[in-house]
Amino acid sequence: MFQKILIANRGEIACRVIDTARKLGVRTVAVFSDADRAARHVAMADEAVHIGGPAPRDSYLRGDAIIRAALDTGAQAIHPGYGFLSENPDFVDAVTAAGLVFIGPSADAIRAMGLKDAAKALMAKAGVPVVPGYHGEHQDPVYLEGQADQIGYPVLIKAVAGGGGKGMRLVERPQDFLAALQSAQGEAATAFGNPAVLIEKYIEQPRHIEVQVFGDGRNAVHLFERDCSLQRRHQKVIEEAPAPGMTQEMREAMGRAAVRAAEAIGYSGAGTIEFIVDGSRGLRPDGFWFMEMNTRLQVEHPVTEAITGVDLVEWQLRVASGEPLPARQEDLSIRGHAFEARLYAEDVPAGFLPATGRLAHLHFPGGARIETGVRQGDSISPWYDPMIAKVVTWGATRAIALRALEAALVDTEVAGSVTNLDFLIALTRHDGFRAGEVDTGLIGRDLDALVAASEPQPAARALAVIGLAGLSDPQVKGGMTLWQPLRRTIAWQGGQAVLEILGPGAARVTLDSQPHEVRWQGDRWWVDGSLCRHRITAHDSGVSVFGAGSLHLLPLDPLDRQSDSGAGAALTLSPMPGLVKSVHVSAGQTVKAGDRLAVLEAMKMEHSLTAARDGTVAEVLAQEGQQVEAGAPLIRLEEEHA
Amino acid sequence: MKLSSAALTTSDTFRANREAHLALIQIARDAALAAAAGGGAKAMERHTSRGKMPPRERVANLLDAGSPFLEIGATAAHDMYDDAAPGAGVIAGIGRVHGRDVMVVANDATVKGGTYYPLSVKKHLRAQEIAEQCNLPCVYLVDSGGANLPNQDEVFPDRDHFGRIFYNQAQMSAKGIPQIAVVMGSCTAGGAYVPAMSDVTIIVRNQGTIFLAGPPLVRAATGEVVTAEDLGGGDVHTRLSGVADYLAEDDAHALAMARRSIGNLNRRMPDSVVWQSPEPPAHDPEDILGVVPADLRTPYDIREVIARVVDGSRFDEFKARFGETLVTGFAHVEGCPVGIVANNGVLFSEAAQKGAHFIELCSQRSIPLVFLQNITGFMVGRKYENEGIARHGAKMVTAVATTNVPKITMLVGGSFGAGNYGMAGRAYSPRFLWTWPNSRISVMGGEQAAGVLATVRREGIERAGGSWSPEEEAEFKRPTIEMFDRQSHPLYASARLWDDGIIDPRKTREVLALSLRASLNAPIEPTRFGVFRM
Repeated sequence: MFQKILIANRGEIACRVIDTARKLGVRTVAVFSDADRAARHVAMADEAVHIGGPAPRDSYLRGDAIIRAALDTGAQAIHPGYGFLSENPDFVDAVTAAGLVFIGPSADAIRAMGLKDAAKALMAKAGVPVVPGYHGEHQDPVYLEGQADQIGYPVLIKAVAGGGGKGMRLVERPQDFLAALQSAQGEAATAFGNPAVLIEKYIEQPRHIEVQVFGDGRNAVHLFERDCSLQRRHQKVIEEAPAPGMTQEMREAMGRAAVRAAEAIGYSGAGTIEFIVDGSRGLRPDGFWFMEMNTRLQVEHPVTEAITGVDLVEWQLRVASGEPLPARQEDLSIRGHAFEARLYAEDVPAGFLPATGRLAHLHFPGGARIETGVRQGDSISPWYDPMIAKVVTWGATRAIALRALEAALVDTEVAGSVTNLDFLIALTRHDGFRAGEVDTGLIGRDLDALVAASEPQPAARALAVIGLAGLSDPQVKGGMTLWQPLRRTIAWQGGQAVLEILGPGAARVTLDSQPHEVRWQGDRWWVDGSLCRHRITAHDSGVSVFGAGSLHLLPLDPLDRQSDSGAGAALTLSPMPGLVKSVHVSAGQTVKAGDRLAVLEAMKMEHSLTAARDGTVAEVLAQEGQQVEAGAPLIRLEEEHA
Repeated sequence: MKLSSAALTTSDTFRANREAHLALIQIARDAALAAAAGGGAKAMERHTSRGKMPPRERVANLLDAGSPFLEIGATAAHDMYDDAAPGAGVIAGIGRVHGRDVMVVANDATVKGGTYYPLSVKKHLRAQEIAEQCNLPCVYLVDSGGANLPNQDEVFPDRDHFGRIFYNQAQMSAKGIPQIAVVMGSCTAGGAYVPAMSDVTIIVRNQGTIFLAGPPLVRAATGEVVTAEDLGGGDVHTRLSGVADYLAEDDAHALAMARRSIGNLNRRMPDSVVWQSPEPPAHDPEDILGVVPADLRTPYDIREVIARVVDGSRFDEFKARFGETLVTGFAHVEGCPVGIVANNGVLFSEAAQKGAHFIELCSQRSIPLVFLQNITGFMVGRKYENEGIARHGAKMVTAVATTNVPKITMLVGGSFGAGNYGMAGRAYSPRFLWTWPNSRISVMGGEQAAGVLATVRREGIERAGGSWSPEEEAEFKRPTIEMFDRQSHPLYASARLWDDGIIDPRKTREVLALSLRASLNAPIEPTRFGVFRM
């Protein structure tokens, strides 16, 4: 076993690797960018080395700096985590050339799987079923359009070098193909430096089921499947293992295919074979096709660990240090059921836009495995993936594990940034999901209902007002008046209520002309006579109410009256921190509502900013290439004259 | 020692007492709510349609969200001026801003444009008096047309009339008691001096005006035609004249500015007493209504009240075996040490001497005094006069008058004759004087007064050889009895600000606690007593 390893990553995965390394007595070296000086993974590691600026290309993607850090600190091996350099074969070569061990597959294996078209051809040759599609090198738009016609619509355009949904477009009609192609190529070029795409048949009721494999360079085993069908625009939201409705026959077929795939490339370490499964008529052994292989540890690996009892990072370290596979296929079995929910800083009602912010309050419940790279007080920066945590639960049955997930999410508290927490809770309560009827279209179909279900209830709002008034702790003390309560206005960003203190532990909160009686009785809050499980938390960015959804009220500075003089729809603001990729209008130009004004690149995605109304551009306030904060004015339209 | 209670909460007497008290409380509540409604719905509609906050909401939004509001003179001018001036058109009381006690005086412009009736002046001055005695920063929420002209003779000329408001402002400012004005409406003529005499003045744009003479008077005097805003609006006064210091966009903004101003005062409460952690009474204050007889003439043990007011119902009774009709002792109210002086019957010489002794003790120790007043007077008769009850009574009155510790008086029953003096009646400047709805206050009982008058009358008739039938005597006595009844009623008393307000007896502890805390904003000066007639 290694004495010391370097972890070429950040966030929760760096912390996750450090946990296991510590368990095995392996010392750890963290690397960090300017943005991560005070990050949790840095605090956890035995040593930490600064490797550059906040942009990934200046730090976590700098293979040379990372290898130098490993050499300088005497680390023997490098664990890449996921993302960043984890699937970069050139980096693997450089690591090996420096006399270090790369904890993962060989550069050849990565190359074999890295280009998706080549990978599919390879798999087809190895007898693994693949989806019809064009995986060739010909990138001429008209040619690709012809290929799409051959495959038959709908088709999926995917970046050859891609992953995680970037550079991916679903095209339902032939007339949309060329525009989608151009956009996918642009995004692919930005994200991966390679605009090449492939085209696949789009399966209409698809399920995303993947098989965890593990190889030692010669042999491979599989650790059963994970179902990642609960996706939103190809981003996984909740994963589970095993897959609902999986039959023994199909599991064996998929497992065999996965092992075949891994062994075909002499795979070493942890990898995942992703299959697309046609869920329209139940799971059938002939109804799955190879999609791609991820030659790294997956984000959702904890659900596999939960049902198999295997520590996959431990296996990675053991195999990389020269040990043979720690278990044979027949030693592995499934016990119970596990879920993982990905908790992100993102603005769900605004279309799941990535969010940033300082986590003014952060609390995780017991009874769940929490993988996180942040602590209370840490910031979610615009530079990296806005994940806050993975919440993993296990239960003897799927129903128990799902209830445990719901309970864990209800007891999770995050304030300081908007999150998808309420959305996740709504998902755990979705009838179809509860029944195990999952497919990748579930979220899209029920999106409105899921978002609406996470709207805060009046009871939570009334309690938040109590919190904002500073009366949640101690609980509505004071406020004595001789004959009649005073009616005080409590205002916050985006609303106000009237508060009256009725007596010790009792208040009336009037919201939207609707009075609600709030009482503190028996160490519990009661609203309108009903017991509330809500928890009110005051923190330095405002007040939050948690329990069955979360609600955040940000205080309003009554002295700050400039905030009222906003220019309204005349201004197009940056919805998030990012880079102004392009500006498409100039002063004096006439625009129609919906016209593209500018493109903002943030979170490695391009966001088109469109005109909110018809008008004339008065002023362009941002230049191409400029880094802007959330809320920064970008384009100003001329005032409307009635 | 923890006080025990003989109360039987299920007894008929208890229930009957409670019912009677609840009825009296309802009368006081109705009066208070009527006053709080100000000039009525129509006037309020006109007020708010101009973008103004209702006056009581101005007070509420000035104070901290969880602040108590110890209102002064809530039913002032009740049943006076043909009910034209509910609450005397002024809202006054003590609340907290950034945790600091402040005195708020707010004009209610829905009541005759916030003009000052005689009792408006008296209420304003009373609030200032409390602020001065208690060292409380004053916030004036000004929205007033000035003196009420039809009543000018009772508002303008005398010492305790309108001018005294500004005199007090200057005096308090000189003592370092901050004076802050928020001009949220008119400040005309004399009223202009409230903001002008303040340390800090905030004015609301397009709403607050300050001028010595309004546009109509200017036009009459000089022919100049000018708008109110150009004559003395917020922009003018913050930019040109310097009469105001901060310009606010609206009421909410102005109140936020006032809060900020108070937050920046750099003041701290003096450390005059040793606070303990508060503890609720062991006996439920709610039961006060059942244990106190509704009829003033029914005697009861005042310790039943003390047990429902003080922390943990613990009472260190002083001299329990001597002068038993006056109960004295040490206790805590919401953590604040107090010396309690409470009537338990008519005052005898021993009781008066004990009272003087106890007040001396508290004065020496800087312990605030709480008077629970239920007194028909000092004992009368040859024996008592001959042993010098007037001399002993004088000792107690001297002690009450000259002690420098804060005194809080609570009328829990009768307040008659010289007993009122010995028990820190209004004339003895207690920091606060509160009254229960069942209390009565007069120089003597109506029956006794009518009896005295009837005796004199009968003597006159009989001296002239006439005769006076019992029916004639009863007819003679009736108006006197009725007058005393009417004038001794707490609403009559409170309307005239003989006290600071009627309270629900169940809130006695909270009101005492707030009164004590307010009082302790001022340091307790050492006492120098007058000559005790030994």
